[in-house]
Amino acid sequence: MSKEHVDMKTPVIEMRNIVKRFGDFVANDGINLTVHKGEIHAILGENGAGKSTLMNQLYGLLKPTSGDILVRGKKIEMNSPRDAIDAGIGMVHQHFMLVQPFTVTENIVLGTEPRKGIVLDMKAARRSVVEISERYGLSIDPDAKIEDISVGMQQRVEILKALFRGADVLILDEPTSSLTPQEIVELIQIMRNLTADGKSIILITHKLKEIKESADFCTIIRLGRYIDTVDVDTVDENDLASMMVGRKVTFQVDKPEQASGKVVLDVKNLHGVDYRGVEILKGLNLQVRAGEIVGIAGIDGNGQTELVEILTGLRKGTKGEATVNGVSIFNKSPHFGFEHGVSSIPADRQKHGLVLDFSIEDNLILQNYGADPYARNSILQRPAIFSHASRSIEQYDIRPASSEKRPAGTLSGGNQQKVIIAREVQNDKDLLIAVNPTRGLDVGAIEYVHKYIVEQRNRGKAVLLVSFELDEIMSLSDVIDVIFDGQIVSSIPGKEANENDLGLMMAGGKRS
Amino acid sequence: MSKKKGLLDFISENTFIHILLSIVLGFLVGAIFLAIMGLSVGAAYGRLINSVTSLKGFSYVVVYSVPYIVAGLSVAFSFKTGVFNIGAEGQFVMGAMGAAVVGILLPDLPKPVLIPLCFLTAMAIGALWGVIVAALKIKWGINEVLSMIMFNWIAFYLSNFIAGIPAIHNTGSAEATQNISANASMVFSKDFIKQAGLAPTANWGILVAIAVMLIVWFIIEKTTLGYELKAVGSNRFAAEYGGINVNRSILTALSISGALGGLAGSLQLMGMGQRISIFSSQEGFGFAGIVVALMGCSNPFGVFIAGLFYGALIFGGSKLNLVGAPTQLVNVIVGTVVFFIAISVIFRYVKYLKKTPKEPPKPAKPSGGKEVAES
Repeated sequence: MSKEHVDMKTPVIEMRNIVKRFGDFVANDGINLTVHKGEIHAILGENGAGKSTLMNQLYGLLKPTSGDILVRGKKIEMNSPRDAIDAGIGMVHQHFMLVQPFTVTENIVLGTEPRKGIVLDMKAARRSVVEISERYGLSIDPDAKIEDISVGMQQRVEILKALFRGADVLILDEPTSSLTPQEIVELIQIMRNLTADGKSIILITHKLKEIKESADFCTIIRLGRYIDTVDVDTVDENDLASMMVGRKVTFQVDKPEQASGKVVLDVKNLHGVDYRGVEILKGLNLQVRAGEIVGIAGIDGNGQTELVEILTGLRKGTKGEATVNGVSIFNKSPHFGFEHGVSSIPADRQKHGLVLDFSIEDNLILQNYGADPYARNSILQRPAIFSHASRSIEQYDIRPASSEKRPAGTLSGGNQQKVIIAREVQNDKDLLIAVNPTRGLDVGAIEYVHKYIVEQRNRGKAVLLVSFELDEIMSLSDVIDVIFDGQIVSSIPGKEANENDLGLMMAGGKRS
Repeated sequence: MSKKKGLLDFISENTFIHILLSIVLGFLVGAIFLAIMGLSVGAAYGRLINSVTSLKGFSYVVVYSVPYIVAGLSVAFSFKTGVFNIGAEGQFVMGAMGAAVVGILLPDLPKPVLIPLCFLTAMAIGALWGVIVAALKIKWGINEVLSMIMFNWIAFYLSNFIAGIPAIHNTGSAEATQNISANASMVFSKDFIKQAGLAPTANWGILVAIAVMLIVWFIIEKTTLGYELKAVGSNRFAAEYGGINVNRSILTALSISGALGGLAGSLQLMGMGQRISIFSSQEGFGFAGIVVALMGCSNPFGVFIAGLFYGALIFGGSKLNLVGAPTQLVNVIVGTVVFFIAISVIFRYVKYLKKTPKEPPKPAKPSGGKEVAES
């Protein structure tokens, strides 16, 4: 990517040797960051590396323990976000801060409303909103209510809000985490428009692909320490990943050829309705054999959520049949499915996967708490539960170590996922259903999760993988089934898949 | 500034200190009221303390405490399992009435048979009172708090109605039932009470309270049932996903909690009351159980201590008019204590807002120390 739009002579933001301590814990340990006019600067680090802490200091939410912050060459003391806004810095948080029943315009001008005397001048407000949105290609309906627009649109409102307040530097915190692939493409275009106009963008992320696609420079932080700032054109994704994690990361999953065995999961003519009662599964057929991974590719809302809920006993189907090893699990309880060979890594690990208040050792026996050796005569056997947890923590590298009695809610996302994987893999069932198993995880944890999923397959288990990450589907699956409008419309060998064809099929455009 | 924040941290992290501080604040606010009324703080609190520290006074406190402890355990059990048993009041009333009916109509059964029978009847009726509410919730999704409050009133009027039925109504002029059979009473013998110098209603109900405390602790902490109930209480979705039958769990939790509420009623009757009066307003033992559960942090041992404390306040408070202070002062103190305990939620929220590292601290070990192939 050319860097014509970057004015390398004009640094807008300089953070020098920033140290931030919380008690004994050093969240930022001497971090340097320079952002120039017109530049997209990515900040890359694992979950918990200190990216958000650094940005919160730039935005005045936190005060550095030591170190200087310079804006346009001038040292500035940030005491509150107000100071940051006055200095031309805007931040779009990962979780949006919008008033749901208000319109787009009302949200954008909130707190800085144009007035006529003492009366709100909504016409003027609307005019300036339209003007800014046209200038940067952020097309949006200024009169729509926030509760009626998509997440991607809400993000635009947040960006417009910052621009309306005169931001020259935009901090985007994990901006793509809740966007669809199409929305991500649009966001990157918006970022380009902004930098072409002389704005600078700081992008907090752990997604390497997006950095390669959009950023000019990238600063890597690991465990609170400054690692390096690199020109994105000179590195590839592997380099970035290694710098971020501190070791070599392999994206290629080691997956030996193997013949698949007998049919484990057999879904026939499955019908089901969504939460509104609208039919969303319309006669779906699906088979997963022993020793293979079947990936379900599809755009969200085509029935994959309901499919998984029916298979795991959380939802009743209206018609059809689903069997595991010949036993019907259709419209049975979650426990029945578990007893007959279904284990699963749920999509929402904090809602369905874990009891966050429970200790890790208790979470590890969520399905087996009543069984020997964890309970005898309905009395929990604490020593057995504890030693099971100790073994799991070591074997599955759950961190921190010796955390048997810690509440699961205190772990990082990646480690929470490891607890679930440890539990489900050790349940040793014939079918593993994994739903978006790596959502929100960093590359180190993703590599790890993939390793265990493939291992289950190699051990002759049947794996059903449902994911919105096309890359994940393509790199893991032996067979890719494309779901569209409540049916499997195509089934292709994983090796033959390419992104374009899959994209077309997912949109309902092509069948094979 | 930093010191102040440190103190705030200390208080909000240490539950015991927090509760102690709330109690101190409760007495402080009580003192302010006394001062406003122009009464001597020292005299009033001195009276309060004196009246509960003598042997006889303390035996009163124990007697007063038993129903509060068990009602508190009932509510605490429900808290642990994610339902809010605000219906302990109704279960208490119904349990007491159940025990009274058995204790009046079967007067000739021997003590070792009659007393357990009264307990069982009270627990069964209390459990039923809880199960009905649970069933309404499961079957039609009726909010349990609403139906419990209504069931409290049903219990209240039903109890008044039953107390008026001729078969058990008092033959004298009192608007109450007959006294229960001596065989159903838990009060120590008159001679023993005289010799030992105890309160005239001294009874062995406290032993039952201790046993219930241990049983509740055992169920919650040691059994698979406790595991199930707690799992449903903290995250019913994960519990369901893990194969636990959520509805059955709610049913079980409310029936156990209800049985305890009913038991508390029978303990009050068979220890202190001996008969049930026709009331013009709810007595409030069950509601006191909520206060006691809160003060005891829903921990069975904490609830036991809190129940004793509450009993001491109620008994000591009844002696306050001897120094010219209003008995209601106790309500001011209790109200303030509960207020400050409830505020802990706010304490924690403020701390959460102030606590800035949004991402949890990582362990010191660098990630992935296994295969180190630095690029």
